[in-house]
Amino acid sequence: MRCQFCKTKDATVHVTEIADQKVKKVDACAACAKEKNYDDPTAFALADHLLGLGASQKMEEAAEALGTLSCSQCGYTQADFKKSGRLGCAHCYEVFAEGLDSVLKTMHKDTQHRGKMPAGVQKTNQSVRILERLSKELQKAIQKEDFETAARIRDEIKVAKVAS
Amino acid sequence: MSILDFLIPPSEVSRRSGPHDKIVLSSRVRLARNLRSIPFPSHSKKADRLKAFEALMPVVRGLGQMGPTAFSESMDKLPALEKQLLVERHLISREHAAKNAGSGIVLNREETVCVMVNEEDHLRMQALQPGLQLRQAWMIIDGVDSALQETIEFAFAEKYGFLTACPTNLGTGIRVSAMLHLPGLVLAEQINQIIQAVNKLGLAVRGLYGEGTEALGNIFQVSNQMTLGETENDIVERINKVLLQIIEHEENARLAQLEKKPAVLLNHIGRAYGILGNAWSISSKEALNLLSFMRLGIDIGLFRETPKALVDELFLRSQPAHLQLAHPLREKLGSDERDLFRAEMLRERTAGFPKPDASSLRRGGGPVSDKGEI
Repeated sequence: MRCQFCKTKDATVHVTEIADQKVKKVDACAACAKEKNYDDPTAFALADHLLGLGASQKMEEAAEALGTLSCSQCGYTQADFKKSGRLGCAHCYEVFAEGLDSVLKTMHKDTQHRGKMPAGVQKTNQSVRILERLSKELQKAIQKEDFETAARIRDEIKVAKVAS
Repeated sequence: MSILDFLIPPSEVSRRSGPHDKIVLSSRVRLARNLRSIPFPSHSKKADRLKAFEALMPVVRGLGQMGPTAFSESMDKLPALEKQLLVERHLISREHAAKNAGSGIVLNREETVCVMVNEEDHLRMQALQPGLQLRQAWMIIDGVDSALQETIEFAFAEKYGFLTACPTNLGTGIRVSAMLHLPGLVLAEQINQIIQAVNKLGLAVRGLYGEGTEALGNIFQVSNQMTLGETENDIVERINKVLLQIIEHEENARLAQLEKKPAVLLNHIGRAYGILGNAWSISSKEALNLLSFMRLGIDIGLFRETPKALVDELFLRSQPAHLQLAHPLREKLGSDERDLFRAEMLRERTAGFPKPDASSLRRGGGPVSDKGEI
């Protein structure tokens, strides 16, 4: 079979693309396939491949929902996101947060991280939680007019604040 | 030191063993991490990539876990053939092999920890273990990650966890995977069912070299797809559980095949033995598929004197870069010449293998029932 583009070399790349109920077949030689971007069939189905069926559509919707946003830190745009399915930098996750959640839901178990945390974050989290608990207890003690307990909790809060 | 001198020779690396290594060739846990202040490598300019490279390489190299004799190199210093060698050893990804200046690799002496700098993320670090040892691998890489976090601030958000270039890796950034040898399920034509079932559990099944590759030599890679919303331990435990199930199915498929269709099984193994010992030209695909049957033959006791490590060694040596580098002239071989040279290597190396001995199956009170006529 000859390459349908240059019509001289043998076709070695065969791609069948089905979109909107239309079947498009491409038979190309390696050089033409590369030129026409058919050498990497995973490129256009990348999102589907990675994220499971239907995800690429979701991704496009998300990209559209993001409008003409671009990241102030790295200049990444919605078009880049749509094309690559990837983000440009850490800040992008804030810029594109709105459209991301629906995409993440199709990919992951949940959209809230539950795994390992950096030691610093973990510590702050912990101390914030301790402070929250203590101030609740303090309120309760004051309501009950149990001032002895309240004074003890107040001291505990002081210590916790210093520790954090 | 060149990576060629650094890498453990195939004969040694094949001798490693671990739990369930008849079926589970290796376990791997990989973490993706990025620096907070530099754009992800896929989107950053060369200057940024170099900045990340220069910031990360010495820190990774200096980790206690890497030991005093780690190999560390910039990707542009490695010739294509040596990069391919690393891919065949499953130490780097095919994507990373395509990288040049601004990307690097750090590998420890034992080849149990390998860190890719500036692959798709600033850091892709992985721990490798022989056999089924996912927990062990996770423990090792968790330690590496924690050690790095003492000096490096990674991109992290309370909601999304560790931030990665691709949202599919977000959160834990973890990819837990195992390489499985499943000739029994392939022969019994149950492999597609298994793949579908595993997919339904949110795990991916891939070929020998990962994403988008063929299952050469009846080898499949099982890994998690979801990385956000679960703890690392939950992910490791879930895969571990699924793998134990797959192991059981593979064992059953082998036994059933031996009991019901021993002739089919012995025919495959006998032919593999014959062709490997007598072919004059053989492609890597054919060689890997035949070696898979040899490995199965050893597992079920047809080759009593031949250790599994020998076949695993040939499995490595049959792959293109390994073969090319073993050629005395080290000149670039065409694929036809490679097939000739591969056949020559296999003929020589299998010459000492004893013939498959089906009688030993019965003598040893092996798993063949009385009904099974051989």
